[in-house]
Amino acid sequence: MKRKTASKETAISRALSGLRPGGRKALICYVCAGDPDLMTTGRLVRVMAEAGADIIELGVPFSDPLADGPVIQRASNRAIGAGATISRVLGLVRDIRRDVEVPLVLMTYANPIFAYGVSRFVQEAGTYGVDGLIIPDLPVEEWPVLDDHVQASSMEIIPMLAPNSPDARLRLAVDRATSFVYCVSVLGTSGTRGHLDTARSLVARVRHFSDIPLVLGFGVGEPSGARRYAQVADGVVVGSAIVRQVERYGRDSVRPVARFVSQLRAAVDEASSSHV
Amino acid sequence: MNNVTLPDASGYFGAYGGRFVPEALMPALMELEEAYNTYSIDPSFALELEACLRDYAGRPTPLYFAPSLSESLPALQVYLKREDLNHTGAHKINNALGQCLLARRMGKKRVIAETGAGQHGVATSTVAALLGLQCQVYMGEEDMRRQAVNVLRMRVLGAEVIPVKTGTKTLKEAVNEAIRDWVSSVNDTHYVIGSVVGPHPYPMMVRDFQSVIGREAREQFLALRGCLPGYLVASVGGGSNAIGLFHPFLGDPVKMVGVEAGGYGLTTSMHAATLSLGRPGILHGTFSYLLQDKDGQVLTAHSISAGLDYPGVGPEHSYLKDAHRVEYRAITDTRALAAFHKLARLEGIIPALESAHALAFLEDLALVCPPGTSVIACLSGRGDKDMDLVSGHDQVLEG
Repeated sequence: MKRKTASKETAISRALSGLRPGGRKALICYVCAGDPDLMTTGRLVRVMAEAGADIIELGVPFSDPLADGPVIQRASNRAIGAGATISRVLGLVRDIRRDVEVPLVLMTYANPIFAYGVSRFVQEAGTYGVDGLIIPDLPVEEWPVLDDHVQASSMEIIPMLAPNSPDARLRLAVDRATSFVYCVSVLGTSGTRGHLDTARSLVARVRHFSDIPLVLGFGVGEPSGARRYAQVADGVVVGSAIVRQVERYGRDSVRPVARFVSQLRAAVDEASSSHV
Repeated sequence: MNNVTLPDASGYFGAYGGRFVPEALMPALMELEEAYNTYSIDPSFALELEACLRDYAGRPTPLYFAPSLSESLPALQVYLKREDLNHTGAHKINNALGQCLLARRMGKKRVIAETGAGQHGVATSTVAALLGLQCQVYMGEEDMRRQAVNVLRMRVLGAEVIPVKTGTKTLKEAVNEAIRDWVSSVNDTHYVIGSVVGPHPYPMMVRDFQSVIGREAREQFLALRGCLPGYLVASVGGGSNAIGLFHPFLGDPVKMVGVEAGGYGLTTSMHAATLSLGRPGILHGTFSYLLQDKDGQVLTAHSISAGLDYPGVGPEHSYLKDAHRVEYRAITDTRALAAFHKLARLEGIIPALESAHALAFLEDLALVCPPGTSVIACLSGRGDKDMDLVSGHDQVLEG
C-alpha cells in the first residue's frame, strides 16, 4: 500500500503541521470577497484570523458558480454588484497581508482566472501573499493550464475529492496535493446538508492511500456539525454558514461572524481533545 | 484539414473543449464517455437508434427545393433540410433519442434536461415517455413565458418542468440549475444536454447524434443534383443543428456559414453573437468562445429566439471559426422576424425563429454569390411554438 505524506513545506503545510490523524484539528473559514464590500471583507478576514481560523478561504466571485448552492450564489452576485474583481481582490490580499499571517487561499472558478490571464494572475497572487488556490471547476486533468506558473510560485493548488470519486481519482488527487486535500462531504453543491456517513467513508477511502491531511467541506453548518466532522477528518471548512451571517448583517456582520467563528473554533478544539 | 478525428482523447478540438466541472461530475463524465465509446460502435445500438429515428421520429426528413424562396433570391437555388418535419417538430429529437437510449443502456432511471425554446425539453420529455424514464426539465421563467405551449406539451408528456428564477431566467441559468441537480444525482440520473456544448464527451456525442442531418442532406443533394451544394447555412445558438449539418461535409469543398442571433444589433449589448463578438473562456464545463466582460463574468445574451439566447457556443464551432473552415455571421431580431413571415408566405412553411435567422442570411448571401449557387439551409424546427411571440411583436409593430 502506497502512503503519501505532505511533500513540500509551504505556508499552508506549516499552518497545518500540528495536524495528524487524531490530533489537533483545523478550522478553515470562507467568505466571498466583496460581499457586501471589500472593506468589510478585509475586516472579516482579520476577525476570523483572530477568532481562530487556521486558513482563510477568500472567494473571488463568478457569475455562474456551478459548484455552489444558493447562499454562495447570492453572495457572488452581491460581490459582483459591489464591483469585486480579481484585481481588487488581489489588492485586498496585499492590504490584509500587512497585519494578517494566517494562510490565505483564493477560491474561484476557472474563467475569471483565464480572463485575467493565467500567468499574470499566478504571479501577482503569489507576490501579494496568496498561499493556495481552490478552483472547483478545474479537475486535476485540467491542471496543466496552471501547473507551470504555479510551480514557479510559492502557491499550491488544492485538489478536491467527492464521495463518488473512484479510487483511481483519489490516488491522482493525493499524488498532486502539496499540503492537504479538500474532501467534499456530500454529493451536491455547497450549503447542502452533509451526511456524516458519506464523509466518513470518503475519508476512510482516501486514508487508505495517504496520510496527507484531509479537510471536509460542504454541508458543515453549526458548531455541533463542525465538531462531528472534525472528529472524522483533520479539519473542516465552513462557508455557507458564515456567508449567511454576512447576508443577514451586511456591514455589521463583523461582530456576529467573529462570535460564530469563535464558537466553531471551540467546537473543533473539542473534537481534537475528544480524540487525543 | 481533418476535423473528423476531433476531439482528441482529452476532449479538445484544438484549444477548445475539455472538462471544467466539479469533481463529483468527473466520474459521471468518464462513465458516459466509456458507455458512448462502447455503444457507438455496437451494431445493436446503431440498429436500435436507426429504427427509432425512422419509425418514431420520421427520418429521413426531406430535402426540399424551395422554388418561390429561390425566385425571390435570384442568385440562389435554395434547398431546405426539413428538420421541422421530425416528430416533436425540431432536430432536437435526434439527440434526445440517442442520449436516452444510451441512458437506458447505462441503467439510468431518470433523465434531466435544460431547455430554452422548449424544443429540447419537449424532445427529451417525449423520449422519456417512450422509454419509461422519469424526466425533469429545467427552464428559465422568462422562457416559460415566451414558450408557454411547449411548457404545456412537456407537462402533458409527463415531465416535470422546474422554473428557474435566478439571473436572467433564461437558458444559461437553466443549464446552471440542471448541472447543480446533476452534481447531486449523478448516481441514477443522466443529464441530456441539448446542444453541442458542455464538458467532454457531450460536444462530440451530440454532434455525432445530430450528424444524421448532414449525412442525409449530402446523400439527398447528390441524388438530386449529382454534385455537392455551394453553401450550407444554419443557425447557431449552442450550435447543434449547424454542426449536425456541417460535419459530414467538412472534408468537402463546400462553404459553410453559421448564423448567430444579432438581437438588437452588434453595436448594442443586446445580442447572442458569441462567435462574432465573444472571447474564449469557460462556461458550463467547456472552453469556447463566450460573451463575457473584462473580468470574466458571463454576460447576458439576448435574442428574440429563446433557443439562441445563450452566451456560450459549442467548442467545435470555436475551432472551426479559428480554422476559417466555417464563417459566422449575425442576423438581428427584426430581420429574423421578416424571414419568418417571408417563408410562411412564399412556401407555406412556418419556421422556428431560430431557423429564421439562417433564412434571413440567405438575403446577404444572394448579394455576393454568382447566379445558380446552390445552398442548403437547415430548417431546424417549426414555428408553432413562436406564434404568441410573433403575434406580440406584430402588434407592437402595428400599434
